[in-house]
Amino acid sequence: MYAVEMVNIVKRFPGVLANDHVTLRVKKGSIHAIVGENGAGKSTLMNQLYGLYHPDEGEIFIDGKKVVIKGPRDAIKEGIGMVHQHFMLVDTLTVAENVVLGSEPKKGLNFDLKRARKEVMELSEKYGLTVDVDAKVEDISVGMQQRVEIIKTLYRGANIIILDEPTAVLTPQEVEELFAIMRKLKSDGKTILFISHKLHEVMEISDRVTVMRLGKVTGELETSQTNPKEIARYMVGRDVVLTVTKEFHEPKDTVFEVKNLVVKDNRGLVAVNDVSFEVKRGEIVGIAGVAGNGQTELVEAITGLRKIESGHMYFEGKDVTGFTPRQLREQGMAHIPEDRLKHGLIKEFEAYYNVILGGHYKTLFTNGPFLNHNKIFEYTKQLMEEFDVRPRRIEHLGGNFSGGNQQKLVVGREINTNPKFLVVAQPTRGLDVGAIEFIHKQILKMRERDVGILLISMELEEIFSLSDRILVMYEGEIMGEVRPEETTVEEVGMMMTGHRLEEARRG
Amino acid sequence: MNKKVMAILVPVISVLIALAISTIVIILIGKNPIDAYSALIRGSFGSKQAIADTVIKTTPLILTGLAVGFGFRAGVFNIGAEGQMVMGALIAATFASNFGSLPPLIAIPLTMLIAMLVGAGYAAIAGFLKAKTGAHEVVTTIMLNSIAGNFASYMVNGPLKVSSGTPKSPEIADSAQLPVLMKVGAIEMSAGIIIAIIAAIIMYILLNKSTAGYEIKAVGFNPYAAEYGGISVSKNVVLAMAISGALAGLAGATELMGVHHRFLGELSGGKGFDGISIALIGQNNPIGIIFAAFLIGSLRTGSNEMQFIGVPKHMVMIIQGIVIFLVAADRIVRTILIRKRVAK
Repeated sequence: MYAVEMVNIVKRFPGVLANDHVTLRVKKGSIHAIVGENGAGKSTLMNQLYGLYHPDEGEIFIDGKKVVIKGPRDAIKEGIGMVHQHFMLVDTLTVAENVVLGSEPKKGLNFDLKRARKEVMELSEKYGLTVDVDAKVEDISVGMQQRVEIIKTLYRGANIIILDEPTAVLTPQEVEELFAIMRKLKSDGKTILFISHKLHEVMEISDRVTVMRLGKVTGELETSQTNPKEIARYMVGRDVVLTVTKEFHEPKDTVFEVKNLVVKDNRGLVAVNDVSFEVKRGEIVGIAGVAGNGQTELVEAITGLRKIESGHMYFEGKDVTGFTPRQLREQGMAHIPEDRLKHGLIKEFEAYYNVILGGHYKTLFTNGPFLNHNKIFEYTKQLMEEFDVRPRRIEHLGGNFSGGNQQKLVVGREINTNPKFLVVAQPTRGLDVGAIEFIHKQILKMRERDVGILLISMELEEIFSLSDRILVMYEGEIMGEVRPEETTVEEVGMMMTGHRLEEARRG
Repeated sequence: MNKKVMAILVPVISVLIALAISTIVIILIGKNPIDAYSALIRGSFGSKQAIADTVIKTTPLILTGLAVGFGFRAGVFNIGAEGQMVMGALIAATFASNFGSLPPLIAIPLTMLIAMLVGAGYAAIAGFLKAKTGAHEVVTTIMLNSIAGNFASYMVNGPLKVSSGTPKSPEIADSAQLPVLMKVGAIEMSAGIIIAIIAAIIMYILLNKSTAGYEIKAVGFNPYAAEYGGISVSKNVVLAMAISGALAGLAGATELMGVHHRFLGELSGGKGFDGISIALIGQNNPIGIIFAAFLIGSLRTGSNEMQFIGVPKHMVMIIQGIVIFLVAADRIVRTILIRKRVAK
C-alpha cells in the first residue's frame, strides 16, 4: 500500500525542466529519503505534493486515491504536512499559539488558549516532541523550533510529513533527537518523506531512497541493500571519493593571528567575544559550531567587512586591525565567503567580470583607467578550464550557473590570487558530492602549498576530515581547541552546545 | 532569449502595442487613425522647422535620461534630476551673464562646467546622506527638488530679477551661448544635441570599458559582493550620484545656453522627471536613452499638428503612458515574447 504515489510528474520552469517524468512511490508507514544535489528537483517535487506548485503533467495518488492538490489547504486536507527548510513561525507568538495558528480552537468567538495548550501538550508528549508550550518562538532553540513545526503538521492531522533538509540547522545531538522522533512517528503509522544530501543520515534513518539527478529519478534503492558510495554514484553520475585523505604536512610559522577579538552583530549585540587564535602556514584550522554562534561575524571581521570593537589582527606579524577588504587582499588574504550569492558573486555580471572581482583594478586586467577585456577573457577561459566550471562560457551570467559551478568560480578566483592566508566559510554548503570532492581537494592543495587556512563549517564531517586543529565556537566564544585525531564527534558536539573542553572531557 | 536582444525588443514591442491601443482610442473618438498618425509624423518631421523643433525638445531629455539611467546602473534612484538641472542652470546663468569679456572657446566650456559641477555637488548631498546615514535618496532628492525650485523662484523674483513680466534672470553673454546649427525662422537649433550625444557616448565608455564603471555597476548590482571585492560602497554611491547630477546639470546648461539664454521658471519644466521615464524606456542604456528621448521628443512636437486635425494632443500622453507602463512591467511583454517562441 502506497501512501504517496506521484506518477510521471513533469514540471517546467522557463528554460528548465525541473521534473522530467518523475515517479515516486512511498510505502505507508515508512521513512523515505529523497536525495540529490541542489537543483536536482527534490524540492520542486515536494512542493508539488504540498500544492505550492502544480505539475504540468502527471498524477498524484494519496492512499491509492487520485487527488488534485491546488494549494497547501488541499494538501493539509489530504493529510500532508511539510516542514520547510526555513521555518514558518511567528517569532513573537508562543509555541502553542504558533501551532494552532490558522486553525485555532474557539470558545464561542474567542480564541481558546487553554484548549490549544492542552492539545499541543498532548501531541508533544505522545511523540516525544519536547517543547515549552508557553515560550515565545524567538526565545527557543532552532531544534525546538523545528519540533514546533512538526507538531504543527500533526495538529493539522498530517499522516504524511515532508521534512525538507531538516538536519541542516541542527547539532549532532539534535539530529539524534530528531531521528528518535522520526522513528516514533513511523511506529505510529506516519509516513515520512525525508529530503537530504547527507548520505550517512540517509543510511541511518531511511527505509528506502529515491535518488534524483538533473530532474530525473536515477535510482530507487532499499536502504538496507545499498551503501553511500552507490547512492553518491546515482547522485553524481560517476564514482566519487567520499572520504578525503590528507597527508601529514608540517605547519610553518604563523601567518595570521587574532587577539582578544570582540565583534558586534547587526543588532549591536556582542557576537564574537574575546576570541584569540593563530593560523600557521600550511595548516588548516577548523571552526566548528552551530549556525549563528558568531562564526559569520568572525569571518566578516577578519576579512574587513565588519567593524572590530576591540582586539587586534596580525598578518605576518603586522597589525592589520581595521584594514579594508582591499588592503587585506593586498596583504595576501583571500576569502571564500559563506554566502556565495550575497558576497561571492554578482549574479548580473558575466563570468568574466565575476572572476576579476577584487583584483579588477590590478594591471593584470587593466589598461590605464580602462579594463583590458582581451586579457580578462583570456584569464577567464584559463580559470574555467583549470577549475572545470561548466558551462564553459565566459559570458554566462553568474546567477545562471548551478550552485556547484558558482562555487567553483569563487574558489578558482580566490585561489588564483595566490594567497598566503585563505578564509573559507561553508565551502560546500548546498553542493553535491562531486563538487564537494573537488572543493576539498583544492583546499588540501592549498595547504600543501603552505597557505594558512581558516575553515568555518557547520558540517562536522568536513571539519573533522580537513582540519589540523579544531576550535569550537559557542555564543561567540571559543569553547576549546582539539585535534581531530584526539577527539570524538560527541565531544565536539558537547562543546557546540556550550560546554567547555574540560567539561566535555569529564562528560 | 538573449538579454541584449530582450533589452531592445521589450521597448520596441511596447511602442507597437501602445500605438495599437491608441489606434483603437482614436477610432473610438471617431477619427481616422491614419490621418492622426500622419499628422503626428508631419508635425515632428514634416518640415525643417518640425525637425529642428524635435531635436530641440529631444536634447535635454537625452541628458536627463542619461542622468537618471546612470544612477539606476549604480543602484541609486535619482529623482532629483529636476532640482539638479535647475540649480546647475541657475548658478551657471548667474556667472555666464558676466562672461562678456571671455572668448566663446573659454566661456562655453566654463559655463557648462559650472552647471555640471553645481548639479554634481547638489546630487552628491543626497549621495553623501545615503552613504553616511542611510537616508534614502528618493526622499532626499525629492526634498532637494523643492529647495531648488523655491530657491530659483526666489532668485528670479528677487536678486536676479530683470524687467517686469515673467520672472527671469538677465541674459547670458553672447560668448556663452551655444553655436546655432540650424536656423529656421524663429527657431534656432543649437549644438546642444551634439553635446547630448557626446555625453551618451562618454557614459557608455565609462560604464562598459572603464574600471570605475565596473566598480559602479558592481555596487549597483550587489553592494555586498562589491564590498567583499574591495570596492568602497559609500565612495561609489556618492560618485554615482555626482555623475548623475552632473548630467542633469548639463541638461540645464544646454537649455540655458542653447534655447532660453537666460534662466526662467519653465526652463526645467519637468524634464528632470521625464528623465525617469526615458531611462526606463531606454533600459538605462546610453544608446537606448538617445532613442527613447527622441521618441518622446518627437511625439511631443508632433502632437500639436495632431491637434489641428481634431485629435486631442493628449493622445501622445496616452501613448507615452502605455509605453512606460509596458516597459516598467516588462514581464508582460517578455511573457508575450516567450509564449510566441514556445508556440513556434
